Amino acid sequence: MFSLLINGKKQTVKVSPDTPLLWVIRDHVGLTGTKFGCGKGLCGACTVLIDGKAERSCQIQVKDAAGKKITTIEGVPESSPVKKAWIEEDVPQCGYCQPGQIMQAVSLLKEKPRPTDADIDAEMSGNICRCGTYPRIRSAIHLAAGKPAKGGRK
Amino acid sequence: MSRIVKISRRDFLKTGALVGGGLILGFSLPVTEAAAKGKAVASFLQNAFIRIGTDDTVTIIVNKSEMGQGVYTALPMLIAEELECDWSKIRIESAPVGPEYNHTEWGPLQGTGGSSSVRSTWNQFRKAGAAARTMLMQAAAETWKVPQDTCRAEKGFVINGKSKKRLSYGALAERASKLEPPKEVVLKSPDKFKVIGRPTKRLDTPGKVSGKALFGIDAGVKGMLIAVVERPPVFGGKVGSFDAGKAKKVAGVVDVLQVPSGVAVVASDFASAEKGREALEIKWDEGENAGLSTAKMRNHYAELSKTPGTVAKKEGDAVQKLAGAAKTLSAEFEVPYLAHATMEPLNCLVDLREDSCEIWTGTQFQTVDRNTAAAIAGLKNEQVKIHTMLLGGGFGRRANPRSDFVSEAVHIAKGVKRPVKVIWTREDDMKGGFYRPMWYDRISAGLDEKGTPVAWRHTIVGQSIVKGTFFEKSFVKNGIDGTSVEGAADIPYDIPNIFVDLHTTDISVPVLWWRSVGHSHTAFVVESFIDELAHVSGKDPFEFRMGLLGKNKRHKAVLELAAKKAEWGNPLPEGRGRGIAVHSSFGSYVAEVAEVSVDRKGEVTVHKVTCVIDCGRTVNPSTVEAQMESAIAFGLSATLFGEITFKDGRIEQSNFNDYPVLRMREMPKVDVSIISSTESPQGVGEPGVPPVAPAVCNAIFSLTGKRIRSLPIKPEELKA
Ligand code: FES
Ligand code: FES
Repeated sequence: MFSLLINGKKQTVKVSPDTPLLWVIRDHVGLTGTKFGCGKGLCGACTVLIDGKAERSCQIQVKDAAGKKITTIEGVPESSPVKKAWIEEDVPQCGYCQPGQIMQAVSLLKEKPRPTDADIDAEMSGNICRCGTYPRIRSAIHLAAGKPAKGGRK
Repeated sequence: MSRIVKISRRDFLKTGALVGGGLILGFSLPVTEAAAKGKAVASFLQNAFIRIGTDDTVTIIVNKSEMGQGVYTALPMLIAEELECDWSKIRIESAPVGPEYNHTEWGPLQGTGGSSSVRSTWNQFRKAGAAARTMLMQAAAETWKVPQDTCRAEKGFVINGKSKKRLSYGALAERASKLEPPKEVVLKSPDKFKVIGRPTKRLDTPGKVSGKALFGIDAGVKGMLIAVVERPPVFGGKVGSFDAGKAKKVAGVVDVLQVPSGVAVVASDFASAEKGREALEIKWDEGENAGLSTAKMRNHYAELSKTPGTVAKKEGDAVQKLAGAAKTLSAEFEVPYLAHATMEPLNCLVDLREDSCEIWTGTQFQTVDRNTAAAIAGLKNEQVKIHTMLLGGGFGRRANPRSDFVSEAVHIAKGVKRPVKVIWTREDDMKGGFYRPMWYDRISAGLDEKGTPVAWRHTIVGQSIVKGTFFEKSFVKNGIDGTSVEGAADIPYDIPNIFVDLHTTDISVPVLWWRSVGHSHTAFVVESFIDELAHVSGKDPFEFRMGLLGKNKRHKAVLELAAKKAEWGNPLPEGRGRGIAVHSSFGSYVAEVAEVSVDRKGEVTVHKVTCVIDCGRTVNPSTVEAQMESAIAFGLSATLFGEITFKDGRIEQSNFNDYPVLRMREMPKVDVSIISSTESPQGVGEPGVPPVAPAVCNAIFSLTGKRIRSLPIKPEELKA
């Protein structure tokens, strides 16, 4: 039995201690916004915040997440600057990578409220978007950081 | 000028009342006698394109799969243009499977592909909108007892010009639903368009940002189990024997069963299923492909390319003119197998009952999947229901005439007798086949004294995508699979003598359409080789192309604008090179200019891609721009990294570590221009892909003098 704090809510799950947090969130807690893309820490689709920092939930065993503050895409308010910027820039195409991208961007902006293009390249390159929405992700991050979006694209 | 459109028998309009009031409107195929008597209303109720609720919501039922290309916005825009509804009241539903949802160009098949969605629904969806608006206006006119031509429709209301009275669509829906549908409708003249052609925010964005959007992998039903499948390590391999003892002991594992595609481990959740699979012991009968190797295949293809193939195109006498040319040039090109690597790995949920089967999946091929599922389940086609979920990328992989991921899931559901969702891991997905075929091309050209090409000979070697599928009949003509030679047998350049032939190889690697299909390799070969010819004849590659494009105005227009936007001819900073390419596919024309640099280690950086598209009339320019960026990222992944290879029958790649795709730091700046056009709307999802590879490789040549003839680019070949 593990007790998890997900999006401010306590969740108790009965799973084996080595179960990846990703699958606990999806299969046991029933929050499907966090996505499975590679299972190897290579794509970022499964990104969640653990104590405010972006982590790959497919690489974290549930036993190591117990007691920590976990935030998934569902836990980011719709009014947050990042989500609003994502809508303003109409970022998603297929949309599958976007929860991970958004979580990574939230984490980036927390550390660097005014990221440069180089910061964005460094922080966001672990998150694959097979649809190639990168230019819009970049402008959305700049927009969320308070810069006018247009022209923010590299 | 407005256009009066007859509602043909084929898309005969039917209306009906919605339970609880409201207007439902749809087009359906002629119904059979029996159906017309009893079931017509029921089947129509499920098959409407538009549903207007008494609460003013306008539900649009879209029969195309949303995989990122924006159909859940573009097609509603077509309806909204004519319906004059309030855009904020629109909701989207994915269509069930039914004949009224068949592709208007594909015969009796419902599906999404070939960059055809807007083109093929352009009239159909606008007519649906116009018919609904007409009925709502008639309902209002009758309510007010005024002539209908004193009324107008605006933003979800019918308004009487004289009395200024207004009624919302919701308020009119019930009355309208009782009216006879119009026999003909008047379509707006394009100069009156208010929706079509305007950059429009996607309707599916909010759900995709909130995390609530549901993809196939997110589908769930009560009592659902999760399955993973261990498939043979070699294509065509079979299970020899297996021991499920240890797997069954894994906590959470419910069942282990053999299915035609391998051994399925069924468990209460994904993590348990994966553990169960690791504990499986299987002896494979690897079959005849155990020796398959890319190196051997390549040699075989290279040999074949020296022999005559089946003629795909013959104009003049290329062989003779080549022999007599002042100068000749020959080259060989090759491209590898490629995986689609959609971000969402394949998956399929099946709930199979005695007399019904429900399937939740992201598919581009509903009818095929449904019928295949029915055959496996022993049910009638109509007993199988497909819920088309959002697709976390398609690129062709989810349009499989062999329904691989659906049929496998039905087999498993049949065995376990409980609802089951099959999830492919990234490794399963990447090793699961249905790749873009590997191609080998031998090409030569003859030039006269002035450097003008007089002869062109191109031999193509590779697998047919449609061979052995029900598409073979319609796609293969005179022994030529059209998708193998598209973009090669129809080059736009004025060369008097052209000969193109094809060797269709017999290799057991499953192949499939991959974003831009045959064009994904032919554009690379043709546009690289044209560039070589330009350099050999001492001409500027842009000017050289313009000089050969003759009457192909649209090619010329995109090429010219791309050159202008990219400042072609202006000097670049030290260490940068530019390359250009133009290609037409799926009815559209795209030119791209790439700006690159190459470092000492031979690593290529693409700094900028200037892209110009002429796709005829544009529905949503914002989507067109996004699709060009997307296509460029997709094309660059293949140019720089993508490669599926075989050794001892096994695929050497497994995940994004050894099959890299483009990442943020590698994404160039993209500058997209759209040619303003009144021509009919054409493809957008795919046409941006083909010019990427040649534009980049041509840029590398102009910078380094090294010609890339094999993809992906190998840095060691470009090392200083
Ligand atoms: S699924 Fe976790 S990084 Fe890809
Ligand atoms: S939007 Fe499709 S993978 Fe990013």
